[in-house]
Amino acid sequence: MYLFTYASVGYTRFMENFDIAIIGAGVVGSAIARELSKTTARVVVFEQHADVAFGISGRNSGVVHSGIHYKPGSLRARLDVAGNAGMEKLCRDLYVPFERLGKLTVAFDQSQTMELERLKEQGDANGVPGLDLLESSQMRTLQPGIAGIKALHSPTTGIVNPMMLTIALAEHAYQNGVSWKFLHTVESITTENHNSFIIGCSTLDGFRSYKASIVVNCAALHANKIAAMTAFNEHTVYPCRGEYYVLDKRLKDELNILVYPVPSAHSGGLGIHLTKTTEGNILIGPSNEYIDDPDDESSTRPVMEILKNEGNELLPSLQTSDFIRSFAGIRPKLTPPEKGGYSDFVITSQPDLPNIIHLLGIESPGLTSAPAIAEMVTGLIDNRLPLKLKREWKPSFHDNDELYRRAYPASHYPLAERQEMIEANPDFGSIICRCEEISKAEIVSAIKRMFGPITIIGIKNRSRISTGRCQGGFCIPRIVSILHNEFGIQSKDIWLKGPDSPLFEGTLRQSGGYHDT
Amino acid sequence: MTPDAILDVLVIGAGPAGMAAASAAFEHGARTVLLVERDNRLGGILFQCIHNGFGLYRYREELTGPEYAELDIERLASSQVIIQSETFAVDIVRDDALLRVLLIQRGKADWVCTKSVVLAMGCRERTAGAISLPGPRPSGIYTAGSAQRLMNIQNIKIGTRAVIVGSGDIGMIMARRMTLEGSSIAAVTEIMPHPGGLARNIHQCLHDFDIPLYLSTGISNVYGRHRVEGIRIAPVGADGTLEDARGRDIECDTILLSVGLIPENELSRKAHVMLDPRTQGAMVDARCMTSIPGVFACGNVLHVHDVADFVSEEGSLAGKSAAIWSQKPIIPRISVPVSCGQDIRYTVPQKINEPGDIVISLRVLKPRPSCRIIVKQGNRVLAKKSFIRLQSSEMVRIPVTIESIESVEVVCETT
Ligand SMILES: Cc1cc2nc3c(=O)[nH]c(=O)nc-3n(C[C@H](O)[C@H](O)[C@H](O)COP(=O)(O)OP(=O)(O)OC[C@H]3O[C@@H](n4cnc5c(N)ncnc54)[C@H](O)[C@@H]3O)c2cc1C
Repeated sequence: MYLFTYASVGYTRFMENFDIAIIGAGVVGSAIARELSKTTARVVVFEQHADVAFGISGRNSGVVHSGIHYKPGSLRARLDVAGNAGMEKLCRDLYVPFERLGKLTVAFDQSQTMELERLKEQGDANGVPGLDLLESSQMRTLQPGIAGIKALHSPTTGIVNPMMLTIALAEHAYQNGVSWKFLHTVESITTENHNSFIIGCSTLDGFRSYKASIVVNCAALHANKIAAMTAFNEHTVYPCRGEYYVLDKRLKDELNILVYPVPSAHSGGLGIHLTKTTEGNILIGPSNEYIDDPDDESSTRPVMEILKNEGNELLPSLQTSDFIRSFAGIRPKLTPPEKGGYSDFVITSQPDLPNIIHLLGIESPGLTSAPAIAEMVTGLIDNRLPLKLKREWKPSFHDNDELYRRAYPASHYPLAERQEMIEANPDFGSIICRCEEISKAEIVSAIKRMFGPITIIGIKNRSRISTGRCQGGFCIPRIVSILHNEFGIQSKDIWLKGPDSPLFEGTLRQSGGYHDT
Repeated sequence: MTPDAILDVLVIGAGPAGMAAASAAFEHGARTVLLVERDNRLGGILFQCIHNGFGLYRYREELTGPEYAELDIERLASSQVIIQSETFAVDIVRDDALLRVLLIQRGKADWVCTKSVVLAMGCRERTAGAISLPGPRPSGIYTAGSAQRLMNIQNIKIGTRAVIVGSGDIGMIMARRMTLEGSSIAAVTEIMPHPGGLARNIHQCLHDFDIPLYLSTGISNVYGRHRVEGIRIAPVGADGTLEDARGRDIECDTILLSVGLIPENELSRKAHVMLDPRTQGAMVDARCMTSIPGVFACGNVLHVHDVADFVSEEGSLAGKSAAIWSQKPIIPRISVPVSCGQDIRYTVPQKINEPGDIVISLRVLKPRPSCRIIVKQGNRVLAKKSFIRLQSSEMVRIPVTIESIESVEVVCETT
């Protein structure tokens, strides 16, 4: 629910006016917002959901790809390699977990070996650093027990927490003056003239309109719907679902490096494989099915079965209790099912309305590329509306608010450091999430850091509560108490992810109930 | 660290197992006993179990969970056990003959040193992920135990119409509870051909309220992107897979999961305690000592019980053993297995190493008609117990006297 009311509440006679309107608060929209927050432009982001990273940016493998898979000269090749190169510093500046694990792409037979050689050449052409073809013995020093006859080692491949990256970009942009309009679904874009647009949104308080001179469409799965609003109908977006299983952290040492099979030529994904999250969970997935509905993030029985079998084959020590959660992400593909494979990102000014910039087909490696996409889009905007840099902008957070923003939970750090945190704020010693050992101090910080509606998933994405083996069974009742005691939020007003997903009906009795934390 | 800072017994978890263990440790001569609990009150899961049915064996009386806990709390109050609530034990390491445990609480995080540890952390509920619940991820899906806490302690109304997945005891008790609070329960489903919980709960919680129980039934889909809107149930076919085509949709706004409990052994793993894959708890001897000398286990962290009374009994045994160990640590020279013969799923203890009167707890692999459980050493029968009917959900306890340290076998024979 809303913790504080916004300036926009109540009737405003004059339409709010911005220089640049971004549609979509995924990693791409958020990276663009942050890039633009370096300038004096007045920027707004419209997002249909209650928070950032509720779209595909929160539902992917979190791999920072090296760039070996993309055609030389393509946007994907260029933006991925640039995004990868800058990721380490970006994550350091914004306290986002990032690890350069490296990756092995493994060949099992002669024909795949040839494909590996081709991938190496392609990677070299794309400027991917450090690529090396390894024999099986060298492979095994990097990942003991691994099968296969040859592998391409790409040392720059990394992993990042995609939710935290998106949140950090957005929060940093927010600190630097970008406006965020959550629960705003863009329904119409009307052209007043070539550099003035009226953006109509449905919101909880009815329909609202805003004015902007530049519009950036980063609506991912709905980007073609937005494009149709300005009669840009060149491309169709085909939703293609990828389902995953999340495994217990118990298994984290089973994977020292990412291991992928050699992708088959027509597959639109990189094949079902294991990856690791920065939290230490192993992911099995993603599958690859074209679907009709871009919002259907269901896990399905048949695919879950396939993923389980695959998992058991790849990790023989797997137990049923290790499967702690499933989820799905949907790729916004530009290639139809009958064609499969990939096409390049489309990032373009609309020819007849150059103040509208569309981003279409930002599937993998969109996460890796987002910072580079943001620079490219800023360049396109600068052509239309010359941008001026702000002098006061700093690459990191203004964190004099004493809120917890470190890359990992407090429990990750050495005891002495943890004791210091507890010394400064005793609530670091009150553990609320037992599986991930997250303290009350971290949860309260996560809630205070939110600059939109408060949701359980939003708290989870910022603090990692309920991501462990009990999946919130233990901590959710306690978080309900924190919301009640510290923020005055009643049980009926707690949302899982938005106004349509209340956690509860209300209270049983008019009064009573014990909220302890 | 000064010698007096060394505890005799540290008990982790103050549910019925831990409370009994702490009291028993003190009563058996341990001078410094510390009981730590992560919640802010003692009683563990008992506190949210406001239904009756506790204490029948221990007190020959039907008590509610909080009433049952109260008696243990009084017993503790009359001892000199030191109690620390809102304290998490997060790590255990061995340090020569001693054990060190990392305790975290509001304002403080530090290691304590102890001669023995009793693990009594209880269990957690299996989740939607563990049973591969399909569908999107709407709000309105809870494990039965969390729902119980939310309703009974936090005064929260979860939803108006629920389907309960799994026929575990907590699920059935919640079916009754939600009905009494004005919600309706559309169905309880169970994937197995037989119920998961106790017969008395099927009668008192389902039959008495006309709540249908569908056996051999799984979940083939969940509807609702934001809040649960319905569920699709389907029969389990002959090959063990769900027959979606024969399924049907049920409208509901809430799904409760009662699909099993898992002993919470993360801490035991950190201490390198050897676990039994059948119970998912520690392997113990007849005095509840694990594979790590000085570390004992009892209650649901050792194996999932169905009655709190027996948890308390096991807790007392573990506490007593820890007290004795803290005064005179003796590592037995030989130990022999208690092995599971025909149709026996598991036994606790899994090994014995000294003569004496012990109780063997066990469960059978599948429901049995008329049968007999036999405990033997070689050809010598130590104990026999006959049943007209035996459910796999029922824990069986058989007292036996061990005279010689030879391996024990337990079998279930049809009669
Ligand atoms: C299964 C899978 C695995 C992937 N793995 C990787 C990987 O390992 N590495 C990698 O680099 N990339 C990966 N990707 C790609 C990456 O996740 C995406 O490219 C990236 O997240 C896209 O970000 P986005 O901001 O464009 O989309 P989103 O995060 O979906 O953001 C778009 C936002 O627009 C909002 N929106 C839509 N319509 C409207 C409207 N009308 N009004 C207001 N708001 C609207 C949506 O709600 C959404 O929040 C993967 C993708 C998938 C699906």
